[in-house]
Amino acid sequence: MADRPILEVQNLQKHFNLGNNKILKAVDGLNFSINRGETFGLVGESGCGKSTAGRTIIRLYEATGGKVLFNGEDIHAMQGKDRQKLTRNMQMVFQDPYASLNPRMTVGKIIAEGIEINGLYSGKQKKERVNQLLRDVGLNEEHAGRFPHEFSGGQRQRIGIARALAIEPQFIIADEPISALDVSVQAQVVNLFKKLQKEHGLTYLFIAHDLAMVKHISDRIGVMYLGKLVEVATSDKLNAKPLHPYTQSLLSAIPLPDPEAQKQRQRIILQGEIPSPVNPPSGCPFRTRCPHAMPECAATMPPFKEVEPGHFAACHLL
Amino acid sequence: MEPIAKDKFKPVEKTTNADVIVRPSQTYWQDAWRRLKKNKLAMAGLVVLIVLTVVAIVAPMFSSYDYKTQFLKDGNLKPSAAHFFGTDQFGRDLWVRVWWGVRISLFIGIMAASIDLVVGVLYGGISAYVGGRVDTIMQRILEIVYAIPLLLLAILFIVFMGPGITSIIIAYAISGWVTMARLVRGQVLLLKEQEFVLAARTLGAKPWRIIAQHLIPNVIGLIIVQITFAVPTAIFFESFLSFIGVGIRPPMASLGKLISEGAGVMRYQPHLLMFPTIIFSLILLSFNLLGDGLRDALDPKMRK
Amino acid sequence: MAKPVLEVKDLRVSFKMYAGEVQAVRGVSFNLNKGEVLAIVGESGCGKSVTAQTLMRLVPTPPSYIKEGSSILFDGKLEITELTEKKMEQVRGAEIGMIFQDPMTSLNPTMTIGAQISEGILKHQKVGKTEAMKRATELLTLVGMSNPEERVHQYPHELSGGMRQRVMIAIALACNPKLLIADEPTTALDVTIQAQIVDLLRDIQKKTDTSIIIITHDLGVVAEIAHRVLVMYAGKVVEQGPLNDIFYNPRHPYTWGLLRSVPRLDSDNSKELESIPGSPPDLYAPPVGCAFAARCPYAMEICKEKDPAHFDVSDNHSSACWLMHPDAPKVEPPVGIGGHAHG
Repeated sequence: MADRPILEVQNLQKHFNLGNNKILKAVDGLNFSINRGETFGLVGESGCGKSTAGRTIIRLYEATGGKVLFNGEDIHAMQGKDRQKLTRNMQMVFQDPYASLNPRMTVGKIIAEGIEINGLYSGKQKKERVNQLLRDVGLNEEHAGRFPHEFSGGQRQRIGIARALAIEPQFIIADEPISALDVSVQAQVVNLFKKLQKEHGLTYLFIAHDLAMVKHISDRIGVMYLGKLVEVATSDKLNAKPLHPYTQSLLSAIPLPDPEAQKQRQRIILQGEIPSPVNPPSGCPFRTRCPHAMPECAATMPPFKEVEPGHFAACHLL
Repeated sequence: MEPIAKDKFKPVEKTTNADVIVRPSQTYWQDAWRRLKKNKLAMAGLVVLIVLTVVAIVAPMFSSYDYKTQFLKDGNLKPSAAHFFGTDQFGRDLWVRVWWGVRISLFIGIMAASIDLVVGVLYGGISAYVGGRVDTIMQRILEIVYAIPLLLLAILFIVFMGPGITSIIIAYAISGWVTMARLVRGQVLLLKEQEFVLAARTLGAKPWRIIAQHLIPNVIGLIIVQITFAVPTAIFFESFLSFIGVGIRPPMASLGKLISEGAGVMRYQPHLLMFPTIIFSLILLSFNLLGDGLRDALDPKMRK
Repeated sequence: MAKPVLEVKDLRVSFKMYAGEVQAVRGVSFNLNKGEVLAIVGESGCGKSVTAQTLMRLVPTPPSYIKEGSSILFDGKLEITELTEKKMEQVRGAEIGMIFQDPMTSLNPTMTIGAQISEGILKHQKVGKTEAMKRATELLTLVGMSNPEERVHQYPHELSGGMRQRVMIAIALACNPKLLIADEPTTALDVTIQAQIVDLLRDIQKKTDTSIIIITHDLGVVAEIAHRVLVMYAGKVVEQGPLNDIFYNPRHPYTWGLLRSVPRLDSDNSKELESIPGSPPDLYAPPVGCAFAARCPYAMEICKEKDPAHFDVSDNHSSACWLMHPDAPKVEPPVGIGGHAHG
């Protein structure tokens, strides 16, 4: 039986009104779906709207337009009890290991918060559950009484993961969870994400700017540029045969940790800077930096079409 | 190189935990207290304030004089064992009158702090937390209040209600909380976009929980610092009104009133000016020193 | 052979904190030759940034202080650790240029970029304002900015992050310094912009033959630009050597861990990433013996008792690990390390 995707994002839009008739179209028409148990990576450079997309999906922001279906139900139409139920099933891990934990709360209290709010356990059971969660993320009971500032970035991020796991969600949005960490610690956290996925059958939306790391953890990847998806494919396909010129240059820009290979590699170095999302170029947003730009690109936005089965891209060249 | 025994090169089982934390644990308040203790001036301010408060409470109770009874034949006495600070022209004991003045100053200070705490914190907090249109409207109201000169307002109240502590406090209540409201609003605006608050929201936390658990504990330091600066301002405000003759009604003594009376006779009876002025300056200085110390101790940005 | 541009010997820097002394840099020694690009890599808190800033004497004292016995000899004659602040001001900018991580906060928002570039020229060289401005325009061309004549009149807020970093590089280069220190110059930038900046640094190095010290945690950037690599851990150098030796024949378990934890586009997704368990030690109480022992899969008894000396792998490649001792068991680097160059 073909399962319905756990999350379907349909033409999602999030615009911010900046005043003076300026509108920031942070997310402008996203379409993708995530299957149960998979990891969907969302990559792009700063200002591309990937974090806004994540926050709009979990309804920290109200959408300007479009739908987000979670298990077939529209998240943005939920009220009261239903919304509480959604909360239990969808959680988020944040980017900044320093800002994402309340500095005045002990780690034990931070992790227990979701359990308390949702009335899952109390008293001794709650304490046992917190200890279990701490062990799950590689920390121990002694850490429960300490404050966030006593931990390193990687340890804090693990605490953030334990907090999200505390209410046993099905789906976790990880918003650049490793960007602020050191490489060896990044690997630790990514491995932890993978381990927990196996143990708890989790589905992830993994947002990041580091394509190499995203490729490692994701089954499928969506590439965003200026509020729009430009390409979606399985991570192997995306790496082996990127279709969109932006994806190609993004892959090419990542320096390989291998001096010889690096020397032999032909690299596309993009010229120019990312345009402001307040005043995006007409037509295809990438055309101002695209090495293959044609007159047509300025006129119309290329459709987001299925070029090969499961491989979508938005480019006039295709 | 000195030789090393061969058996030292045996691989060992992993026994150490690299996640162990070696630094001693310290809560925010322990850390703040440690910083404050290191600040000698702030500690001096704190000690002086405690001493002044205790004496202000105790001294009039154990004196055989009170602030209002006149002993006209004992007028204008120099300081002595019977009258530590001497007497004024009506023979009233200055020692007792000064400590009554301190009582009034501290009372005004406490009232100002309460108003700041209740009105300022609530107003600023609600304005920032609710945000949007509510915030805009509340900010416009605040600006209007801020535009009214405090002195004018106080004199207006005194004209209508007669001079006295009540008029002064009401005047202060109307506009004294504005600074606090602005500070709290700014801080809450920052905090509510912090990821830990967003995390609480995604966990399903209700507004009251976010306010009680996440916002208040993180603005409390700022509030305390602001209060220690607001108190001397209010004390000064009352003394100033009393000094120009529109504050406390005689025979009640306030430091401003005493200084004003002392200033009139300062050529002949300098002690009448000196004692209240010294005590008054000590109070203001101590509050300011303590406030500075608290700001350094509680400022989360300086914390490492 | 010519004298090295920089000779650092047993550099120790500590911070006085309430809880005690945090030993951020614990005995770092290295040389930098003319025209060489040296990369200092390591994770946050390993002391790489403190080392770099100490070379410029930019770490405020107190709380930090350079310990007795440390030596930083610049250009064979200037002992940086002993210079007065006034003398140091003449060195900064003129002899040593610095590029910071965050181009947003390291530029003065109230000055035009032309003024900021010519500031250093006017201070250190005897030239007039027009001449300095002309030189600023040339520098902007050198760092690849279009319309330099117009750019000199712009303010930092009118530029994007990548452009600001270019301006920072122009400022650092203004007086033709003998040494350029780049502290995480690409960390705050997007990948496509990162590539532009690394490319630019490499170009400039080739054109001007400046010596560069680049501080980074990104091994990809290292692979692209460095000639020699210094790997730091917990305030010490654990391994140093030529670029290819560090990448293809590393001898320290920490370097192995570091290299293996970087995901590669061509790696297998199903495999777990290799990570180094645990966290780096708190340098408020550095462990006895090798600082990496608690996280090292090959730790021996000696590692927890004595700090390893630097063992030479070859002439210019050394590793501070007891595994290099002749009596130690032979440990081969884990799979995935080495062999790439020829395999």
